[in-house]
Amino acid sequence: MISARALRLTVNGTQTTVTVEPRTTLADALRNELRLTGTHLGCEHGVCGACTVIVDGAAMRGCLMLAAQAEGREVTTVEGLGSAAHLSALQLAFRKHHALQCGFCTAGILTTAHALLTDEPHAGEDRIREVISGNLCRCTGYLPIIAAIMEARIAYSDVQCEAAQ
Amino acid sequence: MSDVAKLLVGSAVERMEDARFLSGSGYFADDLAVEGMLHAAILRSPIAHARIASIDASAALAMPGIHAVITAHDIGDTIPIIPLRLAPLPEFEPFRQPVIARDKVRYVGEPIAIVVADSRALAEDALETIGIEFDALSAVTERGASETPLFDFAKDNVALRYDAGFGDADAAFASAHYVRTERFSVQRHTALPMETRGMLAEWNSLAGRLVVTGATKVTFYNRRALAQMLGLREDDIDLIEIDVGGGFGVRGEFYPEDFLIPFAARKLARPVKWIEDRREHLMAINHSRDVACELSLACRSDGMILGLRGRVFADMGAYIRTNGGVVPAKAAQFLPGPYRIPHVSVSVEAFMTNKTPVGTYRGPGRFEANFFRERLIDMAAIDLGIDIAEFRRKNLITEQELPYPIDGLVPYEGPTSYDTGDYVEVFERALKEIGWFEKSHLQGKLIDGVRHGIGLGCFVESGGAGPKENAALTLEKDGSLTVAVGSSVLGQGLETVLGQIASDTLSIPFDRIRVLHGSTTLLDEGFGTYHSRAVVMGGSAVLDAATRLREKILQQASNHLGRPNSELKIVNANVIADNGASVSFAALAAGHDLQADGTFSNDVRTYSYGTHAAHVTVDPRTGAVKVLDYIAVEDVGRAINPAIVHGQAIGAIVQGLGGVFLDHLIYDEQGQLLNASLADYLVPTASDFPVLRAVTLELRPSPSNPLGAKGAGEGGIVAVAAATANAVAAALAPLNVEIHHLPLTPPRLWRLIKNARERTTNAA
Repeated sequence: MISARALRLTVNGTQTTVTVEPRTTLADALRNELRLTGTHLGCEHGVCGACTVIVDGAAMRGCLMLAAQAEGREVTTVEGLGSAAHLSALQLAFRKHHALQCGFCTAGILTTAHALLTDEPHAGEDRIREVISGNLCRCTGYLPIIAAIMEARIAYSDVQCEAAQ
Repeated sequence: MSDVAKLLVGSAVERMEDARFLSGSGYFADDLAVEGMLHAAILRSPIAHARIASIDASAALAMPGIHAVITAHDIGDTIPIIPLRLAPLPEFEPFRQPVIARDKVRYVGEPIAIVVADSRALAEDALETIGIEFDALSAVTERGASETPLFDFAKDNVALRYDAGFGDADAAFASAHYVRTERFSVQRHTALPMETRGMLAEWNSLAGRLVVTGATKVTFYNRRALAQMLGLREDDIDLIEIDVGGGFGVRGEFYPEDFLIPFAARKLARPVKWIEDRREHLMAINHSRDVACELSLACRSDGMILGLRGRVFADMGAYIRTNGGVVPAKAAQFLPGPYRIPHVSVSVEAFMTNKTPVGTYRGPGRFEANFFRERLIDMAAIDLGIDIAEFRRKNLITEQELPYPIDGLVPYEGPTSYDTGDYVEVFERALKEIGWFEKSHLQGKLIDGVRHGIGLGCFVESGGAGPKENAALTLEKDGSLTVAVGSSVLGQGLETVLGQIASDTLSIPFDRIRVLHGSTTLLDEGFGTYHSRAVVMGGSAVLDAATRLREKILQQASNHLGRPNSELKIVNANVIADNGASVSFAALAAGHDLQADGTFSNDVRTYSYGTHAAHVTVDPRTGAVKVLDYIAVEDVGRAINPAIVHGQAIGAIVQGLGGVFLDHLIYDEQGQLLNASLADYLVPTASDFPVLRAVTLELRPSPSNPLGAKGAGEGGIVAVAAATANAVAAALAPLNVEIHHLPLTPPRLWRLIKNARERTTNAA
């Protein structure tokens, strides 16, 4: 066992320090050290996408990235997208379209979709399907997830318009 | 029901669960963390069949942070055996699974030792240092391999054989104009919920009490089993249900770990958490399907079915777990399906192999049976020169013939009858939805390099298993309602649906209702969630409790307002008298305990039914199949929440398509599971099946329960293999390819096409 060391990173807009062993994954650091348990682990080998978080704007597998690799970077988890009382447009669209059932894969799909629409607010259905095909869901059959993301695009294009103005 | 502006039952209200899941504030087993908690990891057998000569854990015990290594030796002279929850046939008793291997291992993944450590990583590190000497035995991986019995007492590897049926199949076959027999099979696969299993066990040594959090499905049953194994009173154990990341039949049965982790917590007097990793999930959680069938159909020359004979062969894996023989028994029972077949004879052979034990997965036995029968129906119709839709129309049970008894197909079950429905109308609806008549010219046609096929699959599906469910409703002091129910949550939206029922009955706003479920702390007894029973049984129990609570509220309001019950009505959590006086629920609850228990007992099953239709293309050069259109039409009697029912249907279709094309647990001759990772075990992704439709009908309510509901979670999966395989077969019919075995992977189809071509060439 190699001794733990302190890492500084920004999580959901807040600068924070976690003290973890070098072998600790980003997902484990978020869940166990920062108690941000909205990020779920479905396979721990990078396939299912449940642990997806956004690192400097890019959707990353929290189980394949070491916490140390996130040092000095900005991490956004599902908790950073909106709260239960104030759901984001994307989250509201998921609720409206019944795009979740058990809710276990949901965090990773929301973060993946958020990263996608932030970059590509006009992504077409095929593009959305392609990107979401990196996340497994066993309940919904994906159709309502795709519908929800399609509907949420408008909120992201608005953001871009505002930024442009 | 009371007069509120809008009833929630029957409307697609948004789910009360969703805000917490969407915001990352759900509460799953791996989110549990308590002071002083230790972590367990399990050493599993790396080989399929062997005697254990020795176990050396000294190196592990010497590592820092390791608190214990527990083997069978530590558990005692008698290793607890996992009980049969369902289908408790005496033949299965000797094949039940001990909670840990002592002298012999019988499948890759069988628990041999558990390590308890300060962290999960340390526990996993220690696993690698445990030395085990095995005396390998030859592995049994298929039917009929009897030279190496898995169990010393048994002369071969067959656990159970039985015959069942009704009518006189022999006579029907002897007199039939047409008989065809074919062999079919469905590959071993599993449900793969997104959350792996996990739990936290906490032993309070002063009180002598155990709390296990992370339980689900059949918590009260599992508590009883655990109490017996640990020598505790049931009252001294609580199983707590929190959020559950998918069940689909496999999660929540009693598994070895459901003993081992509590045992470790008691032994060490420390909280112990265990979270299954995905690799061990694939080798430890129940596998399912893996059924083969020799099926025969006897018909008149006009296509009327006279008789059916089915021999079902089920690979049960290394042990008979809690579900007993449900998978093969249901595969046999549902062979006749929704058709009028006067003479049926079935047999079941359940045999043991050195593979992970089998249990139920959504639509157990039905997925298989419908595939076998609907495939053979297509073959028979084509042989007899009858349109495949007309063949079905002719043989579907008509509404006038219902209730239609199908007794005698399962030796351990009493009489049962298909209840209500219009099988023909739903069939015609599916034909219309898929465009059967417009598209029939496409059958087998080669267009742009791919062949088109359209297939049908009809089904009838049981749900609403008895015997009972309980609910307790409490009007809290703030006027909100707490619903407690014995049903378990598996991610299906139970809270919302039960909230809708309670809201309507009590005229209390949906957002003032909290639904608690599953935990053994809530009620004296609960029965759980399986066999599509949560709405039928749990919903009816909530309805009963809500009706009783409503009476109590009205009585209390009558006293309070000085008006008779007949002059009172409930509107939006207020009781209003004809004279205009009113009192709020909160005011009534403030002064009195307003609580009511409800129960629903029922042994009559519900039978939902429907038809699936699939339109596919097959690329004969690669064997790749594309699903162009898919429709599932099902009559569920009554949909409490149409959005939830629709979501269940679509999700189930995709799971079923996975079972047809992708999901496959592959073993080699040594009994090694070759694909225990999600990189190798394939399930559908978002780009695989983009066009699917489900139509939920409420044509004929169930007479078995006051809601009129029938089980609705499995109708989306049970006919997927039937309709899809028929579509693929129709596409490839011009190439003389027949479909008998799943999964329909590109290599399998490519080989079938190639072999058929070679046969044709050789014949020429």
